[in-house]
Amino acid sequence: MDIYKKHGIDEKEKKLLLDYMERDPSNTEIGIFSVMWSEHCSYKSSRYWLKNLHTEGKQVIQGPGENAGVIDIGDGQVVVFKMESHNHPSFIEPYQGAATGVGGIMRDIFTMGARPIALLNSIRFGELNHPRTKYLLSGVVAGIGGYGNCVGIPTVSGETGFDSSYNGNNLVNAMCVGVAKSDKIFYSKASGIGNPVVYVGAKTGRDGIHGATMASGEFDEDSEKNRPTVQVGDPYAEKLLLEACLELMQKDAIISIQDMGAAGLTSSSVEMADKGQVGIELHLDEIPIRQKNLSAYEIMLSESQERMLMVLTPEKTEVAKNVFKKWGVDFAIVGKITDTKNIKVIHQGNIEADIPIRYLTDNAPIYERKTIKKSKSVEYRDKIFDADTKEFILKVLNSANICSKKWIWEQYDRTIMANTLNSSGCDAGIVRINDTNKAISMSCDVNPRYCETNAKIGAIQAVAECWRNIISSGAKPLAITNCLNFGNPEKPEIMSDFVDTIKGITEASIVLDYPVVSGNVSLYNETNGSAIKNTPTIGGVGLIENIDFLDDFGDPKIGDEIVLIGKIGEHLACSTLEEVIYGETTGEPPAVNLNLEKNIGKAVLSLIQDNMITDCHDISDGGLIISICEMIMLKSKLGAKISVSNKNIINQLFGEDQSRYVVTVSQNNRYNLFSRLEKLEIENYILGKVTPKELKINNNITISMDELTNAYESLIPSIMCN
Amino acid sequence: MKALVYVRLKSEVLDPQGQAIESALKNLGQKKISNVRQGKLIEMDINSHNIDEVKKTVDQVTKTLLANTVIEEYSIEIK
Amino acid sequence: MDVTIISFPGTNCDVDTANAVSRKLNTIPKIISCKEKEIPKSDLIIIPGGFSYGDYLRSGAIAAREPVMLDLVNKAKNGVYILGICNGFQILTEVNLLPGVLLKNNSLKFISKTIKIKIIRNDTFFTSSFAKNETVSIPVAHHDGNFFIEKKALMEIEDNQQIAMRYVDPINGSLNDIAGLYNQKFNVLGLMPHPERAIDIRTGSDDGIKFFESMLNFANI
Repeated sequence: MDIYKKHGIDEKEKKLLLDYMERDPSNTEIGIFSVMWSEHCSYKSSRYWLKNLHTEGKQVIQGPGENAGVIDIGDGQVVVFKMESHNHPSFIEPYQGAATGVGGIMRDIFTMGARPIALLNSIRFGELNHPRTKYLLSGVVAGIGGYGNCVGIPTVSGETGFDSSYNGNNLVNAMCVGVAKSDKIFYSKASGIGNPVVYVGAKTGRDGIHGATMASGEFDEDSEKNRPTVQVGDPYAEKLLLEACLELMQKDAIISIQDMGAAGLTSSSVEMADKGQVGIELHLDEIPIRQKNLSAYEIMLSESQERMLMVLTPEKTEVAKNVFKKWGVDFAIVGKITDTKNIKVIHQGNIEADIPIRYLTDNAPIYERKTIKKSKSVEYRDKIFDADTKEFILKVLNSANICSKKWIWEQYDRTIMANTLNSSGCDAGIVRINDTNKAISMSCDVNPRYCETNAKIGAIQAVAECWRNIISSGAKPLAITNCLNFGNPEKPEIMSDFVDTIKGITEASIVLDYPVVSGNVSLYNETNGSAIKNTPTIGGVGLIENIDFLDDFGDPKIGDEIVLIGKIGEHLACSTLEEVIYGETTGEPPAVNLNLEKNIGKAVLSLIQDNMITDCHDISDGGLIISICEMIMLKSKLGAKISVSNKNIINQLFGEDQSRYVVTVSQNNRYNLFSRLEKLEIENYILGKVTPKELKINNNITISMDELTNAYESLIPSIMCN
Repeated sequence: MKALVYVRLKSEVLDPQGQAIESALKNLGQKKISNVRQGKLIEMDINSHNIDEVKKTVDQVTKTLLANTVIEEYSIEIK
Repeated sequence: MDVTIISFPGTNCDVDTANAVSRKLNTIPKIISCKEKEIPKSDLIIIPGGFSYGDYLRSGAIAAREPVMLDLVNKAKNGVYILGICNGFQILTEVNLLPGVLLKNNSLKFISKTIKIKIIRNDTFFTSSFAKNETVSIPVAHHDGNFFIEKKALMEIEDNQQIAMRYVDPINGSLNDIAGLYNQKFNVLGLMPHPERAIDIRTGSDDGIKFFESMLNFANI
């Protein structure tokens, strides 16, 4: 096979490369081009569209383009966060793939000078009864936990989904949130001709060579055999690297710093030099290596984990060396910044590569791929389900996507750092910022069923749901990150959905003032030509300025009134109920009226912060009745008695209309609540009351607590056999 | 018959456990020890006297379950 | 009260523990590295939770061979109070200050949840503020919390009333539901639950405060 083709460089790209170089490139150079021009590093299919994202706002300090996004939370503090995919590696080796995904995203955060305070994840697998799902689920969950628990960062929220489209490609999207001082943020821009380039962290081995090109190609049945070099994560090494880096960051020694993630030394050195418009020279003989006889090609392309590259001020080099020595972490001066604007690689006396950096970055191929819009929704079945309401409720609670994920999150340390205020799997995770009365609220959301049926509506809905979850926790939504997981972008209908997704995210984030500050794209999630459902995961962050109101929130009391804020449910097309009852959905997903979303969200936030309501939950998958069950019965272990009109009862209970919340209000506050909602002209309906036990609907449907709990909690443990 | 299956990480794969053990041994003064690698030993009895059949079965179960051949290699001893 | 916290590479609860000590014991603890040969003069030495040396080989095994351990064992003999939390408990068993061993949880999974613990004795340095047999809620977060000891030794520690606390519901396979254990002189306590994570009702429980109150009361006598 042609060496270029073997590197995933097609004929057109090969010609471009040869034109640029005006000579035959060395193998190392071809390797460098191949990873820098891979989809994973160059975003060649998506870059053209990503620039349309809404990335600005007065809260934004750093938008996309750095290791992570940075937002202002006042008092000289900032929040640094990002989400990243590790889909392909975790399909091959679920434990290590997921673990290194967590490790990688954590490094993106502390690279910027922030101490990580929380982890989140969004993971998706094939059908629960698919033969590989159990193996992948237990491996991924153990891997996420194994890494985060060991480093000592709480995993506070997440979501897990199951769908046959992930049978051959599971998704692991990991998010990390950190806090830094606003005057101590570190960037990757290199500067200072002659300044030393320093390598710190674990030694380099043959791990994951071509991980970046692997993440940019489709799977076929031979994939498992073809990839002998999966990276192994070492959370212990990460913990030491984290502490050493944060200590050095207090000493004014670092000019720029970049984590070695995908495409390792190559992409980190190229990115640092590119941002600073300088050149970089690397002496590979100085790189700490784990195995003998690594070639220049292997050193440049290795994806060994837990490594960083830094540019230091020369006079502080000794100080830096001592910090890393103290933590037992390797430290080596491996090169210098030059004025050539080239990357020059020297190994055993030979110049192994000398490439103008712009060819690897700005002048890398970029594609405006063909798009063909294809409507995927089939005509709505428009059939009123007249079966047993009770059976429907229990079936939905017992379905893979709705049921309790306790089996999963009990494997994640959620209480370490002693600042986790809510981690019970409801809505968002909330973490207090140490030594303050402030807290950060975080959530990950997407509904692939909606996104696959109508990419734009689905993307808007994902942003809106993520906004709603932050609101429900009592926090003001500030900004989002995303992980855009799609199939093969060379297929025009997938590319069309990708473009619509960007449009949807943009529209929603403009109206909601919820800008995108970081993110990641994962394409080619296909096996044997069959793609995953479009899965643009949104990770949101919000701020609670003073947590005092939380003391009287989240705890509904018997006798409280249950109130629906928003319209009465109608929309059953593309719903969870359809999926659970028929195994497939029909019609279009529910559209979001973004202005209404914003008004209702702001009103609900003020109700929570003014302690006018005792609890709040957004209404999403499964509709009103599932939200009531989750909030009152399954979380608070109380009962509810509600009445709804006898017409279209199924639509009212299971409709997935958007921009809605269910809240509970004490008798003392009910007048204030209704008068405020009236003044704001926000639709609302009294549904019933919180009772000591059991769910009662219209006096003719009764479901006991045991029935509800059993339906909700038994599914995953029964599949996983414990 | 008894089968012993040794599973260890392939030599090119990072072994954090082996590394930590090695550095602890060095701290204990054992400066001459290097290349510490940690693995697993799985023992099983198989109700058969046909050594070829036993070898085949053990190889099969090792490939499908006991070792992840993406990162691990194995050897089998039959007694 | 002079408190020292020993930190190992991979320890990750040292800061949480130091925060709890300064907030609830009203003293700023010293955090020292396990590479130190001598522990400063202390009334209480805490070995906090985490994954010392990644918990590679066996949890606590590599940490137990660190230089600081000789002095720790000496100080224990001299009656200094020693508290090992989670990984600290595992280290104390590895260094033989406490009997038994902590195996992998019987589910073979990490367990993170807030659970009910019964405090068996309330007449020690660590527990005097509790009622006898008081049940409290404290978070656990561990992979290796399954206490095991040989039958004869188990009878011995039961006879000596060395059991400090038990899980109200079995969670990890521990023999006799043992969640925490004293040495024979009752100056060394190892426990799997994390009292330092239960000092503020806003984070779910403040039942851990009573451990700190107990120690404070004792110190003031």
